[in-house]
Amino acid sequence: MTDITAGGVSPPIRRVEFETAESKARLRRRYRSEARFKAYGIAALVVAAAFLFALLSSIVMRGIPGFFQHYLVADVLVDAAKIDPEGKGDAATLRAGDYTAVARAALAEAIPGVEGRQLKRELNGLLSSGAGDALREMVVADPSLVGQRVKAPLLLADEADVFLKTSGTKIRVISDTRGIATPSATTGEISILVGANDFADDVALVKAELKALADSIDETIARRKARGATVESLADLEREATELRRRHAAAATSERLDAKTASRLVAINGGLVKVKEMTPTLVKGEVIIPLKSTADAAPGTWEIRVYETPESNRNLNDRGLAFLEELKAKGLVESQFNFAFFTRGDSREAELAGIQGALVGSILTLLVTIGLCLPIGVLAAIYLEEFAPKNRITELIEININNLAAVPSIVFGLLGLAVFLNFFGMPRSAPLVGGLVLALLVLPTIIIASRAALKSVPPSIREAALGVGASKQQAVFHHVLPLAMPGIMTGTIIGMAHALGETAPLLMIGMIAFIVDVPSSLTQAATVLPVQIFLWSDLPEPAFKMKTAAAIIVLLAVLFLMNGLAIWLRKKFERRW
Amino acid sequence: MDMRPDPLIMMTTQAQAPTTTPTKVAAKNVNVYYGAKHALKDVSVDIPEKSVTAFIGPSGCGKSTFLRCINRMNDTVASCRVEGLIQIDGKDIYDPALDPVQLRARVGMVFQKPNPFPKSIYDNVAYGPRIHGLSKSKVELDQIVESSLRKASLWEEVKDRLNDSGTGLSGGQQQRLCIARTIAINPEIILMDEPCSALDPIATARIEELMEELRHNFTMIIVTHSMQQAARVSQRTAFFHLGILVETGSTSDIFTNPTDKRTQDYITGRFG
Repeated sequence: MTDITAGGVSPPIRRVEFETAESKARLRRRYRSEARFKAYGIAALVVAAAFLFALLSSIVMRGIPGFFQHYLVADVLVDAAKIDPEGKGDAATLRAGDYTAVARAALAEAIPGVEGRQLKRELNGLLSSGAGDALREMVVADPSLVGQRVKAPLLLADEADVFLKTSGTKIRVISDTRGIATPSATTGEISILVGANDFADDVALVKAELKALADSIDETIARRKARGATVESLADLEREATELRRRHAAAATSERLDAKTASRLVAINGGLVKVKEMTPTLVKGEVIIPLKSTADAAPGTWEIRVYETPESNRNLNDRGLAFLEELKAKGLVESQFNFAFFTRGDSREAELAGIQGALVGSILTLLVTIGLCLPIGVLAAIYLEEFAPKNRITELIEININNLAAVPSIVFGLLGLAVFLNFFGMPRSAPLVGGLVLALLVLPTIIIASRAALKSVPPSIREAALGVGASKQQAVFHHVLPLAMPGIMTGTIIGMAHALGETAPLLMIGMIAFIVDVPSSLTQAATVLPVQIFLWSDLPEPAFKMKTAAAIIVLLAVLFLMNGLAIWLRKKFERRW
Repeated sequence: MDMRPDPLIMMTTQAQAPTTTPTKVAAKNVNVYYGAKHALKDVSVDIPEKSVTAFIGPSGCGKSTFLRCINRMNDTVASCRVEGLIQIDGKDIYDPALDPVQLRARVGMVFQKPNPFPKSIYDNVAYGPRIHGLSKSKVELDQIVESSLRKASLWEEVKDRLNDSGTGLSGGQQQRLCIARTIAINPEIILMDEPCSALDPIATARIEELMEELRHNFTMIIVTHSMQQAARVSQRTAFFHLGILVETGSTSDIFTNPTDKRTQDYITGRFG
C-alpha cells in the first residue's frame, strides 16, 4: 500500500537534466573535485614514499660501513716466546698468551726500521687493542700453529678503519718532480736539498692557505662580535689571526708547516719524510719511514705527497696516516665482513663493540614479555569478550584498558622502578624487570587486539557449537579461539615489535648502562637494542656513528621480519565464512 | 539430482498421518521478555512425537524465539527472560537442576545459515560424539560419522573427501552437513530455524526430502517463512502472530480450514 492517494502537498516534479548549462557545470565541478581528490592522494603517497626512501637510504648508506671492518692481513709469526714460553701447550696458557705483542711484531715486520718511541707508538696505534683476538682463536683451535707463520687478520683501530672507510683525506701526489733530491740522512730529523725549485709552488700554496685561515678566523671574530662577545674572549683568536697574517706577509724564503695547514710528505729512496719546514729548494723534516740510503734521487723518482686535510682536522695524524698508506700500498689492508659485530658485547673501543649483548638482552626481555603477555592478555580478552556479564564494571574495565594503551611508556617505566625495583627489590638493569615493564606496556594492546579478533568470529560458530551440546567453554576453546588465533597472533607480534623498539621505560629501570658481558640469565645486567643505539649515538667517535646506523639497520630488519611474520600469519590463516 | 516427490502428493500423504501420537514437548503459558519487550505471550502448545511441526508467521512474531526456548538457546542472550513451563517428556527443562548443555545434546538445532565448523567434514560430524563421549573407539566414531552422513544423505557426495574443509561444500551440502552433525549425537528433538532460507530450490527440496525421512526417528520442529514448505513437510502447524500463538492444529486443517481470521489472512497472503 502506498500513500499516493492520501492527499497532502505534492512538490513540483523535477528530473535530472543533462543538457542545461547548469547541469553541465555541476558535472564538470564533480569531475574536477574527484580529480583533485585523487591528485591529493597521489601527492601524499609520493611525499610519504620519498621521505621513507630518504630515511631508509640514509640509514643504509651510513650503516653499511658499520658491518665491515678493516684488517691488517699479514704473515704473522706466532712466536712461542710470547705465546707459550714454557712450552705447556694447554688451552689456558695459549689463551693467556700475549697476542698483542705478536700482532705488533707482525706490524713492525710489515713496515721495518721504524725507530723512536713516539713513532713506534703511532705505528702500534693503528692496531686495535683487540688486534690479536682472531689470532688467539686460531691458535687455541690449532695449537700446532705456535712457532709457525700464519696469515691472520689483525683488527685495525677505529681511527684507521674509519679513515679507510670514508677516505678521510684527499691525497695529492706530485710525481713530476724536476730536480735531483739529496737527503742528508736516513732516519731522524733530516733535510733534503732539491736541485730545482720544486717546492716553490707549495710554499705559495701554503701562503694562500694561511691567508684563507686568517680570513676565516676574522669572519668568526666578526660573527661573535655581532652576537655580543667580549673583546677579551676574542683576544686569542685575534692573536692567532695576526700571527697567520704575519706568516702570510713574510718573505717566501722559509715556511714552517704545522697542524693547521695541509701536510706535506716527501717519498724518497723507499722512505717517507714529513716536511716541517720548507723553502723552494730545501725541506727539513722528520723521517717517518726510514730511507734506504742517502743517495741522490733523480727527478721523477721521488715525489711530494700532500695530505689536503690539515692534521688538526683529522682523527688520524700524519704519521698514522703515512703508515696506513704504506700498509695499503703493500696490499696488506683488507676489508672483511664484521662478524664480530654480531658476536661481541659493547666496548669502549668502537672496533670491538658489537650488538650481541643488546640482541640477547632484547631476546631475554621479550621472552619475559611474551611469556606474561600472551597468556594473561588472551585469557583476559576471552573472559571479557565471552564470559563477563556486560555491566558497569566490565564497561569500566574496558574503558581503562583502552586508556592504558594510551599511557606514555615512560610512566610504565616509573611504575616499574617504584614497584619492581624499590618495592620488590628486583635487580636493576635485569631483563626480567625490563620484560615485566614491557609486559605492562603491551598487555592493553594484546587484550584489545585479542578482543577484536574474538569479536570477529561470527556468532554462528558459537551457536553451532552450543547447538550440538558443547558448553560455553568448549565452544570458546574448541572453535572460537582457534579461529581468532591469527588475529591474536598478529596483535601479539605487533605488540612485541612495539616492545622491541621501546626505550623510555627501560631507562627508568637502569637498562641504560655500559654492559660489556653478554647476559646469560634473566637477572643479569643487560641492555636492549634500542637502548644500545641510544648509547652509541651519544658517543663522539665517528666509528660509533657507523655502528649506530648499523645497529639501527639490525633493529629495523628485526622489526620488519616480525611485521612480515604477522602479515604472513594473517594471510595464511585468514578464513572466509 | 534426485527428483523430489510432488509436493501435492506429499501433502495428501501427510494429511493422513496419525495425529494422535504422544506429546513430546509441552509448553504452558510461556512468556518471553527481551529486556522490557514482551516477545512471546502466553504460548501453550503440545508438540507430538516423531512428526514434523511447523511454526509459521510473519517476521518478528516470536516463532524463532519460542523455538530457541525449547533447547534453552535463549540462555545465551543476556537480556532474555523466560517464564512459564516447557516440558520434554513431562520434565521441566527450566528446572534449575537440569544442565542446559546436556539438554542441548538431547535437543539438536539446525540454524538458518549453514554454519559448519571451519574444520574437516569428518571433524564436523565427529565433534558432538567426541565431546559427549559417545564412541568408545576410532572405529565406532568412524561408524557414527558414516551413518550420520548417510542419514543426512550426504555420504555419497563426501565419502572421498572427509578430510576436506566443511566450509568448502555448497550451501545445500553444508546445511545437510549441519543436519548430520546434529543427528550424530542422536538427539530426540531436532529444531530447525528456517533451514532452507539461504538455499536454492533444489537444495531446499533435498532438505525437505531429508526431513520427511528423519521424522520417523526424530521429533522435528521447523520454523519457516514459506507456507508451501510448511504445507509440504509438516504434519502439524502452529501460527504465531505478534508474539501470540494464534492457532495450532494439523497442517491440513490450518491450510484448508483455519478457524482464526488472522490465520486465514496470513495463509492467503493478505499480510506478512
